[in-house]
Amino acid sequence: MNSQARSTDSVTVRVPAPLRSYTGGSSEVSVVATTLRDALAELDRRYAGIRFRIIDEQDGVRQHIKLFVNAELNENLDTRLSGGDEIHIICALSGG
Amino acid sequence: MPSKSRISRASHRRSVALLIGTRKGAFFLRGDQDRREWKLSEPIMLGNIVHHVIQDPRNPRFLLLAARTGHLGPTVFRSEDFGRTWKEATKPPAFPKAAEGQQGRVLDHVFWLTPGHASEPSTWYAGSSPQGLFRSEDGADTWQSVAGFNEHPMYHEWTGGGKDGTPDGPKMHSILVDPRDPRHIYIGMSQGGVFESLDRGESWKPMNKGCAADFIPVPDPEFGHDPHCVRLHPLMPDRLYQQNHCGIYRLDRPDDRWIRIGENMPRKVGDIGFPMVLHPCDPDAAWVFPMDGTTVWPRTSPDGRPAVYATRNAGKSWKRQDNGLPARAWYTVKRQAMTADTLAPLGIYFGTTSGDIWASRNEGEKWSCIARSLPHIYSVEAAERDR
Repeated sequence: MNSQARSTDSVTVRVPAPLRSYTGGSSEVSVVATTLRDALAELDRRYAGIRFRIIDEQDGVRQHIKLFVNAELNENLDTRLSGGDEIHIICALSGG
Repeated sequence: MPSKSRISRASHRRSVALLIGTRKGAFFLRGDQDRREWKLSEPIMLGNIVHHVIQDPRNPRFLLLAARTGHLGPTVFRSEDFGRTWKEATKPPAFPKAAEGQQGRVLDHVFWLTPGHASEPSTWYAGSSPQGLFRSEDGADTWQSVAGFNEHPMYHEWTGGGKDGTPDGPKMHSILVDPRDPRHIYIGMSQGGVFESLDRGESWKPMNKGCAADFIPVPDPEFGHDPHCVRLHPLMPDRLYQQNHCGIYRLDRPDDRWIRIGENMPRKVGDIGFPMVLHPCDPDAAWVFPMDGTTVWPRTSPDGRPAVYATRNAGKSWKRQDNGLPARAWYTVKRQAMTADTLAPLGIYFGTTSGDIWASRNEGEKWSCIARSLPHIYSVEAAERDR
């Protein structure tokens, strides 16, 4: 759990194990954001480099990554967020 | 016979470490003073797909490593203390973002790393899959797309489509900087061919005359070839060699037509393979690791009898070097997985996709296995440090 106090506009980002080297081991991070794009930008501002591992240079979600907003698959970066929303970054199956 | 007199460095004062990139992380293999005993490191970045790890000859403590994972996008890591600690590049190589409504390219992995010219100590080059050229001018921390190639109007024609790559994607590799002139650069592409720039990457021209491309239904095409590994001799930079999909070639500039020196290989062995290694002090000496390119392209040692082949006369003749290698084995050695040190006599090393590292301390005369059962090996580079 991230120790930063949550504001009412904050959303929770659940971070998978392969990305926790960026978050200092945290599996959950709170960010203040109104869109999925903003949330990822804030995540990258705080943990430099993490966004490019998830999102490619054309703003596409990488092939073996899935983004869920409130448990629904949602890879539209312009999706609006509300306080209390949850973003799951999931590492999908990617072979051996 | 191994050459001894032409290497000026005091071998006994230098130690060799092999930097090994594998499908599941990197490893270091450190040799003792005589290069007889080797000590394997613990895995570095275990689970990362590491295509290349290389030492900076301008700053021997500096290492650069290209990585991605099955899930996560590509990046590069820098070490300023010979691999004790690593720091990710602030801005890794990436293609430019496409204009609205246009489809942009996505970099799948950084495949090849090349230090810049000696006069430009902070410059690095990277080649990617799909084919892209990138440059850093701040010690590999931030990278820029080389627009002269990546945005060239002929880019798509030169690089072909999605079907025109290797089974692991199309690659840019063999980025060669002329030691006499930092503006003079060669690149190799699988598929695409060899290209040359005289203006630091601003403009390019294909350089494939004489090379076969039997997978293209056009006789003597200008580009679209498949050079697997291109090498430039550091002491004679007008001499290039290449192990190509269709044979082994040499080019002596200012000539512009490659000569197929692989025709001088034994017919039963052929001249197909991936890596090629040069002697750093003898422009006539080179080594290849032939592979079976018949029928469905097994890419294993011809007839299951692995051997290195060496030339001492710029490809006029070749000598089989299999002393110590298994009598039967179906090895595959990738284009970055064979290298040489600069000691005397020269040490030559290769790594197999089955995870074994083989070494010769005497220029290929005798081989011994110095590490076994590593993950699938993508690259082997020799790093040297003063003792």
